[in-house]
Amino acid sequence: MHIQPGHTGGEPTRSAEALAELEQAFQEKIDAEIKIEPKDWMPEAYRQSLVRQISQHAHSEIVGMLPEGNWLTRAPSLRRKLILLAKVQDEAGHGLYLYSAAETLGASREALIEALHAGKAKYSSIFNYPTLTWADVGAIGWLVDGAALINQIPLCRCSYGPYARAMRRICKEESFHQRQGYEIMLVLCRGTAAQKRMAQDALERWWWPSLMMFGPPDAESSHTQQSMRWKIKRHTNDALRQKFVDQSVPQADYLGLTPPDPELKWNEQIGHYDFGAIDWGEFWRVLKGDGPCNRERIEARRRAYDEGRWVREAALAFGAKQARRAHGAE
Amino acid sequence: MNQRQALYEYLLRLGDNALILGQRLTEWIGHAPALEEELGSANVALDLIGQARGWLAYAGTVEGAGRDEDTLALQRDVLDFRNALLLEQPNGHYGDTIARQYLFDAFHYPLLEALRGCADQHIAAIAAKSYKEAGYHRRRSAEWMVRLGDGTAESHAKLQRSVDTLWPYTGELFTPDEVDRTLQSLGVAADLTAVYQTWDEDVARTLKTATLQRPQAGWMQSGGKQGRHSEQLGYILAQMQFLPRAYPDARW
Ligand SMILES: [Fe+2]
Ligand SMILES: [Fe+2]
Repeated sequence: MHIQPGHTGGEPTRSAEALAELEQAFQEKIDAEIKIEPKDWMPEAYRQSLVRQISQHAHSEIVGMLPEGNWLTRAPSLRRKLILLAKVQDEAGHGLYLYSAAETLGASREALIEALHAGKAKYSSIFNYPTLTWADVGAIGWLVDGAALINQIPLCRCSYGPYARAMRRICKEESFHQRQGYEIMLVLCRGTAAQKRMAQDALERWWWPSLMMFGPPDAESSHTQQSMRWKIKRHTNDALRQKFVDQSVPQADYLGLTPPDPELKWNEQIGHYDFGAIDWGEFWRVLKGDGPCNRERIEARRRAYDEGRWVREAALAFGAKQARRAHGAE
Repeated sequence: MNQRQALYEYLLRLGDNALILGQRLTEWIGHAPALEEELGSANVALDLIGQARGWLAYAGTVEGAGRDEDTLALQRDVLDFRNALLLEQPNGHYGDTIARQYLFDAFHYPLLEALRGCADQHIAAIAAKSYKEAGYHRRRSAEWMVRLGDGTAESHAKLQRSVDTLWPYTGELFTPDEVDRTLQSLGVAADLTAVYQTWDEDVARTLKTATLQRPQAGWMQSGGKQGRHSEQLGYILAQMQFLPRAYPDARW
């Protein structure tokens, strides 16, 4: 029988002491940059925090297939179709690695997916915006994969081994996606007036939501401090956001596009760009479910899952039959 | 019909089959029954669209009118498409998609295998690269036929219906016409009788393992190879060709 600390009259003091010792040893390992592996002891809150973050990340990869997948049947050339298809396929692969990483923490893929469909789990709000023109495919690669990359590079050094290793594979592909997205934008911006208009419009729609991808300002971020102590997180939301702005403004300049922020300007003194106030009202509204596509995105995922149930059941039933047959044949 | 016209037609058939089926498969992305199937469908679509590029690029060269793979894929109308009717059929449920895929793969693999020895070096080279992919596709779709056919009572019933519905579209794959005959006499086109034999044995074996009934021989639909299509193709093209048609002077 498991004895839950605090729940029995048994030896609460000793188990609390033991727990404190374990926690101290755990923190020492983290401080020494030694990776935590699935079989190692870890505080329950660390495990939960990781499951939350990894599953949110996995869900984002899967839901994120939808806005770009929306253009797969309409890509403007066969080459572009193949590149986009390979990209969306990569995102499915990322989802797969991440669900596997979450499984090492005892969270099953089915349970996580069901939580997503029940509206109990979050995914990146950026995917609740629509892709209206082909330029959105370029803008997503450039800005959204670009922002994801800045968020995720530090995770390659995350204290939890399986997550860190998954992130190393993922980041390599995300940087490829970003370059491909930027290249789509470059071709549009060097193209006809109609193409350039598409590109400018896409930038205007994706700019602010991309800045919001780094999460609420540090002052309001609920998980930042503990996550930093555990080295799940290594930089604050605001620091990463600034890095993104500093990187993206010259890229927009090179394209000849203008981000939709009149306050954007280079600040010589601090060596960074100043930028205007983010509409956090929009951020919280979309997060709570009232973005332009929240309902469609979850509905599409739920439909795929429900309509695919008989297929998954058939595969399981066939697998079981095969196992019985192999057993009977022995 | 001279040799060049026949060759052009033949290449369009090869290219359009791969293109239209690949296009249909991309409709699944983001909506497949499991993550593993997102990856699997995308792999097959990537291979097929890649193959279509090769065939259509060569078709453009043979035609000699300055049309490249994209012009051929994205600026031709239904009357000029040469894919078999089977490939433009809707995705339906996953069993419909698997049955369509398997019935095609079981034809595509021996066809490409034969074309490796084609007298036309270009065709032989594309076939040599593509037939391995087609072999992988056939293995995958045959495995799904068996899983769904011999899975649950529900999956069995669904897949049987899919096979019954799609069966009438298999005939035209093996019906030679003037294009086939002209090129076969030159050692360019594959012998469809031999391809049919391989298909027939493969299908018999797979249906048996999948505990499915082979549909009764009946009327076979045809016309796709000659450009007489079902209503489906117009909608496929309307989506697939939207951008180049809406922005004819743009490059992407
Ligand atoms: Fe990704
Ligand atoms: Fe990506």
